[in-house]
Amino acid sequence: MTDIAERTSVATGLHTSDEARRRLRRRYGAEFRFRAIGIGALAISGLFLVIFLSSIFRDGIPAFFQHYVTLEIPVGRADVDPNNTNDRAVIVQANFDGLIARSARSLFPDVTDRAGQRAITSIISTGAPVLFREALIRNLDWIGTTQRYQVPMDDLADLFLKGQITRVDRMDTRGELGVSGVRGTVQLASTANNFQPILAEVKAHLALLASRARGAAAGQERAVARLEAERSGLQGRRAAASGNEAAQIDHRLAQLQSDIAAARVQIQQQIELAQSLEGRARAADQREQLDSNLPSYIVRINGGAIKLNEVQSANATGTVIIPLRSDAVARIGEWRLERIIVPEANRRFNDTQLLLVDSLRERGLIEKRISREFFTGGASREPELAGMWTAIVGSFITLGITLLLCFPIGVAAAIYLEEFAPKNRWTEIIEVNINNLAAVPSIIFGLLGLAVFLNWFGMPRSAPVVGGLVLALMTLPIIIIAARAALKAVPPSIREAALGIGASHQQTVMHHVLPLAMPGILTGTILGMAHALGETAPLLMIGMVAFVVDVPTSLTDPATLIPVQIFMWADFPEVAFQQKTAAAIIVLLAFLVVMNAAAVILRKKFERRW
Amino acid sequence: MSDVAEKPKVGRTETPGHTKMSGRKVCVFYGEKQALFDVDLNLREHTVTALIGPSGCGKSTFLRCLNRMNDTIPICRVTGELRLDTQDIYDRQIDVVELRARVGMVFQKPNPFPKSIFENIAYGPRIHGLTRNKAELAEAVETALRRASLWDEVKDRLFEPGTGLSGGQQQRLCIARAIATKPEVILMDEPCSALDPIATAKIEELIDELRQNYTIAIVTHSMQQAARVSQRTAFFHLGYLVEEGDTDQIFTNPTDKRTQDYITGRFG
Repeated sequence: MTDIAERTSVATGLHTSDEARRRLRRRYGAEFRFRAIGIGALAISGLFLVIFLSSIFRDGIPAFFQHYVTLEIPVGRADVDPNNTNDRAVIVQANFDGLIARSARSLFPDVTDRAGQRAITSIISTGAPVLFREALIRNLDWIGTTQRYQVPMDDLADLFLKGQITRVDRMDTRGELGVSGVRGTVQLASTANNFQPILAEVKAHLALLASRARGAAAGQERAVARLEAERSGLQGRRAAASGNEAAQIDHRLAQLQSDIAAARVQIQQQIELAQSLEGRARAADQREQLDSNLPSYIVRINGGAIKLNEVQSANATGTVIIPLRSDAVARIGEWRLERIIVPEANRRFNDTQLLLVDSLRERGLIEKRISREFFTGGASREPELAGMWTAIVGSFITLGITLLLCFPIGVAAAIYLEEFAPKNRWTEIIEVNINNLAAVPSIIFGLLGLAVFLNWFGMPRSAPVVGGLVLALMTLPIIIIAARAALKAVPPSIREAALGIGASHQQTVMHHVLPLAMPGILTGTILGMAHALGETAPLLMIGMVAFVVDVPTSLTDPATLIPVQIFMWADFPEVAFQQKTAAAIIVLLAFLVVMNAAAVILRKKFERRW
Repeated sequence: MSDVAEKPKVGRTETPGHTKMSGRKVCVFYGEKQALFDVDLNLREHTVTALIGPSGCGKSTFLRCLNRMNDTIPICRVTGELRLDTQDIYDRQIDVVELRARVGMVFQKPNPFPKSIFENIAYGPRIHGLTRNKAELAEAVETALRRASLWDEVKDRLFEPGTGLSGGQQQRLCIARAIATKPEVILMDEPCSALDPIATAKIEELIDELRQNYTIAIVTHSMQQAARVSQRTAFFHLGYLVEEGDTDQIFTNPTDKRTQDYITGRFG
């Protein structure tokens, strides 16, 4: 065979041989793995996004709603305006707290005891008098009439109605039930062993407590064993030690001695407790005390509610919380037994409040609506009154200042640097620094603002003007970079066309390059503003974590911004505030989504017209 | 054409062969690299001068020297003498904006502004203040479009974007835009390289008509095109002007071996 023939024969098999097919398979394998990794990464990030959004929405959506209770408020002339002045300044001074409290108490005329009346006023928002006062100021013709007015419920009542404090179960009942009275502490007697399940639960609970006590005792035993091991080790070393070291060891031994003794006492106590609990748990039908560490058991009979204190299988003792209409015997199905799952000790919403709210709900006086206060209110320590409006207004004012400052400056700087600046070392240094500024942590800008605007220029704390300045410093590099990229993306043919017919450099830029770059610049600006909208850290430094109740009306009024509001609410311990936090995050996300969508639409609309 | 044709300006020498632009010992440097070496070349009035040569030979570089488009490249340096009529166009006294108004340019790729057809044409007259009112401007636009033989095709859609035209129409729009500023010289940098043969034929026809009123320099890669449209031809090779002369002479009887090799297709 000649060389040429050899070469040809190799060439024909080069891409069809087994070796070549294996190579091809390996290539496909590598590509498949690459795709799989990509899809996997996408799936994981998608999963996290879903988890994040669903948790935010699950927590946040309820906070957009609020329960309101309808009060009948008799607005007597004597109550609000005894001298018949019709003067708003006088009316404002009236005792609205008392008015609302009286109206609230009139919802439960039968509840006359102190604790009960306190519970009634506690389920209504403490802001109710203020809200009603403002409504009355707007409607002076209400004086002398009785108004049906909806007031927000207290946050805990609201949470209970949203099902977030505890579940209330209905237990099966048989037979009839008799009560010894309609108020105070009453005896209950049933024709069947209706309270047996409660007793069983109590005994199970006692057994659980006993095993916990035994567990604690066992833990203490192990601790004692460790301490004793240390003691015997030290005693061995004590024999050989002298002087300073010996003194240290003696000191430690004395400590150990007292620790061990204390632990032994605790073990003894735990064991005794466990034994007594176990005894109670074992004993057959003995009268058992209910306490606040157990679920609460409620008997509903004759229009009232009785909370059980002591139970036996067929008898019980209870405290009347909502007075009964009569002490008649209730027949089968005419009375109910309910279990409030979460023990009273584990919630801040007690049984009395719970039963009162439940009663209002049954009477149809409670309505769930979109929370007006959440969208129109300012900062408040009462979750049901706290709202986002001041934060939204604050954000708008601050971002308006930011936009006014950094859009013209940023675009002008970008045009100069991109189109006119000589390319020398100085402009290069400026460029590098602008790019670096975009990567500077935002809190640094906050510190700068604190040092320069507040301390040096003496500008006011918490003011939107300072916030706007700081955010403008932060956004400026982003806008400059985006604007320069947009200017650079304008094809040189457009510049040449303009220059070629005798347009000056500046005319070329202003008439042709800049208009074509504008969509890109605006996109970058919107994204920069969205970035600024979500910024918290620099604002903390200049004191914008303020408790702002009133909407800011000037550039120097104290203001707060949406992310700072989120930051503050996240700090409050109340569950309702945790939900408000999530709700505020939803509002912020909505703003960001709208802004980013605007950027995308702008980009799509003006995409590459040349 | 004749109804809108501009009357020759009084006082200008109309003898064919009068030199409109001239280059003496033109050297161009891009940084350290020299792209043109001592080029001596004249553009005669009412004549189409074709610049031919293989890629990278410097013909476009020379063309861009004629209206100082090379100024936009920061590292570019030009030495030697370039004159428009009698003025040195690289003189400090010369305003480059005025120069470019007098020496218009058409580029390789059609590059209409992303604006309406009307605005494309009107831009030049407007920035140079050539018209006093809207009616005059509209007239100037119509004149330029008629000159570029585009009027009949676009008169019903003057306010639609220029970028919506076909490639050939866009290029004629660019020529009309160049004409609208009433230049004396038109430089064309491979104006047909992005066009199909039919559009090319139209442009070539147009160039031939424009010759009556303007001095034209055209860079082209197509020997046939050079032969068809030009009266004078200059052959560039590796930055040197190898040969220049009447087109007929260059294509039939070149004096230099390199020219002959190139036009017969041995290289390039």
